[in-house]
Amino acid sequence: MKIAVCIKRVPDMDVRFKIGANGTSVDEAGLKFDISDFDGYAVEAALQIKEKANAGEVVVISLGADNVQETLRKAMSMGADRAVQLKHDAPVFDSFAIATALAAELSTGGYDLVMFGRMSIDTANQATGTMVAELLGLPIITAISKLDFDGGRVKARRELEGSYELVECPLPAIVTIDEGIARPRYPSLKGIMAAKKKPLETKPAQVGEQRYTLDKMELPAERAAGRIVGEGKDAVPELVRLLKEEAKVL
Amino acid sequence: MSNIFAFAETRGGELRRAALEAVTAARQTADQLGGEVRVLIAGAPGIAVHAAKLAAHGADMVLVVEHDAFTHYNPEALASTLAAGLANNYRAAFFSASAQGKDLAPRVAAKLKVGLASDVTEFAFSGDAVVAKHPGYTGKIVQTLTLKATPAIISLRPGAVLPKESPKAGTVQNIPSAGDPAASRVVVTDTVVGGGAKLDLGEAPVIISGGRGLKEAANFTLVEDLAAAFGNAAVGATRAVTDEGWRPHSDQIGQTGRLVSPDLYVACGISGAIQHLAGMRTSKTIVAINKDKEAPIFKIADYGIVGDVLEILPVLTEAVKAAKQGA
Repeated sequence: MKIAVCIKRVPDMDVRFKIGANGTSVDEAGLKFDISDFDGYAVEAALQIKEKANAGEVVVISLGADNVQETLRKAMSMGADRAVQLKHDAPVFDSFAIATALAAELSTGGYDLVMFGRMSIDTANQATGTMVAELLGLPIITAISKLDFDGGRVKARRELEGSYELVECPLPAIVTIDEGIARPRYPSLKGIMAAKKKPLETKPAQVGEQRYTLDKMELPAERAAGRIVGEGKDAVPELVRLLKEEAKVL
Repeated sequence: MSNIFAFAETRGGELRRAALEAVTAARQTADQLGGEVRVLIAGAPGIAVHAAKLAAHGADMVLVVEHDAFTHYNPEALASTLAAGLANNYRAAFFSASAQGKDLAPRVAAKLKVGLASDVTEFAFSGDAVVAKHPGYTGKIVQTLTLKATPAIISLRPGAVLPKESPKAGTVQNIPSAGDPAASRVVVTDTVVGGGAKLDLGEAPVIISGGRGLKEAANFTLVEDLAAAFGNAAVGATRAVTDEGWRPHSDQIGQTGRLVSPDLYVACGISGAIQHLAGMRTSKTIVAINKDKEAPIFKIADYGIVGDVLEILPVLTEAVKAAKQGA
C-alpha cells in the first residue's frame, strides 16, 4: 500500500508561552519543536501497516518553511521512506488554505491511503484532513482509534463521547488518527543515520486563499485564585455549603 | 435578511444536548441580527418527534430529513444535504464541536468553500464579519479569528453556550436528502454505547473526574457513586488512567481527549498535568481533591480540599445526597 502521512511541526507544549511582537504568533525563542502529537501516531500507524504487509511505501509531507525539514527527517528516522516539503515561508492558519496545497500535492501521488493526525496540537482545528478529502473527493473517516483493512475496505473505530462507532469505507481513502492506535516509536541510531540519506523533495506550496484572518493570540485570562476549603473529610460540609450558596451548582 | 442555521445532533435517535446548544446560539444570533432560525435534523423515520424541543429552544423552522440510511451517523449524505441547504442565503451555521460536529462541520465548510471557526468558546457578529475565539496550544493560547465569507461555519465547544428555552413556531418541513443516503461510501455499521453512566461527557452539566490518586480501577466506584449522587453527572478520567486501562479511552479529558466546559468539574486525585488542564480549564466551577497541597490543580480550582480522595469521596457523596434531598 502506498501511504502518505501529512505531518506538522509544532512547539513542545510543556512551557509557558509568550506572544510574539506582532500579536499573532508565538515567541519561538527557546522553544523546542517536534512532530505534532497525533501526527506522530499517524506516522507510527502507517509504518506498522507497511511492516505488516512487508510491502509498500510511506511518504511524509509537511507544509512550511525550511525548518519543517527537521520534522520530516525525524519521521524518516522512524522509518518513513521519503519526504516532501511544501515550501511556504509565511505561516498559514486557515485549514482550507492548507488543505488546498496538500490536496494539490496528494492528487498526483497515487496514494491508496492518506493519513493525518486528528488535529494539530497547536492551532487545534481538526479540519485539514477532512477538507483535503472533500477537495479530492475521497472518503474520509476521522479521529479513529483502530484501523483494519478487509478486501480493499477500511474498517475503523471512532471514539465518541461515552461510546464509539464502527465505520467502513472503500480505498483509496483518508483517515485521521486519534490517540490509542499506536505509540510512536523512538528513532533508532540506525534509523537516524539512514534518514540522512533518504530523499527529501522541496516544492513550492500552492496555498489557497485564506478564509479567515488570525487577528490576535493572547494568553487566556487567569482563573481567579481559588481557595483551599480545608483538609480531609472534615472540610466536606463547608465545600457543600459553598457549592450550594456561592457557586450555586448544587 | 439572511437566516441563521443550526444542526441538531442526534445519536441513536435521541437528541443531544449539543443540538440545543447550537439552536440556542442560532436563536441568540438571530435575535441580534434579525432573520429566522432554521434547524436541520436527520434520522430514521420518526426523528421529527424532536421538532417540538427544537422549537422550544428557538427554531422558527425545523427541516426534517427522514430515511433509514440516517439510523446511524451518515456523514457524507448529511454534509451534502447541509451544503445544499446552506447555499440559500444563510449568515451563519452553528454546529457543536462534539465528536460528530468536528467530523461534520469541516466537510460542510469545504463543500461551500467558506471559513470554519472550530471549537469556539466566544463569538460576536459585527458588520459583515464574525469574530470568534478558539483556544489552542493545549488551552494555553486563545486565538481570535475573523471570518468574512457567508455562511460562517462555527462549531461551538460543548458547554460554551448553555441551552436556553425561547419558544418559536418550529414549523416542520420535510426535505429530501441530497443524493441517495444509502449510497454513501462512508458507512457507520454500529454505534456502541459503553459504560453504565446515563449521561456522557458531551451531555452532563457536572463531570466527576478521577486520576491516578484513586490508586486502582476498582476505586472508580467512588467516583461513580458521587456522579450518581449528583444525578446529572458524567464520569471522566485523566490520560494516565485511560492509559492504565482503568477507564475506556473515550472517558479521557485533556488535550488529546475530550475538551469539556461543564458547570461543575470535580477533580478527584488529579494532580493537574498540563495535558489534563487543557481539557477542562474552561469549566465554570472547579473543585479539586488531592493529597498534595502543591498540586497544580489547586491553582485553577475554585475550591480545594487537601486530603486522601479515597477517604473524602464517600463523605462528599453522602453530603451531596443529603443536599439534593433537602433541595
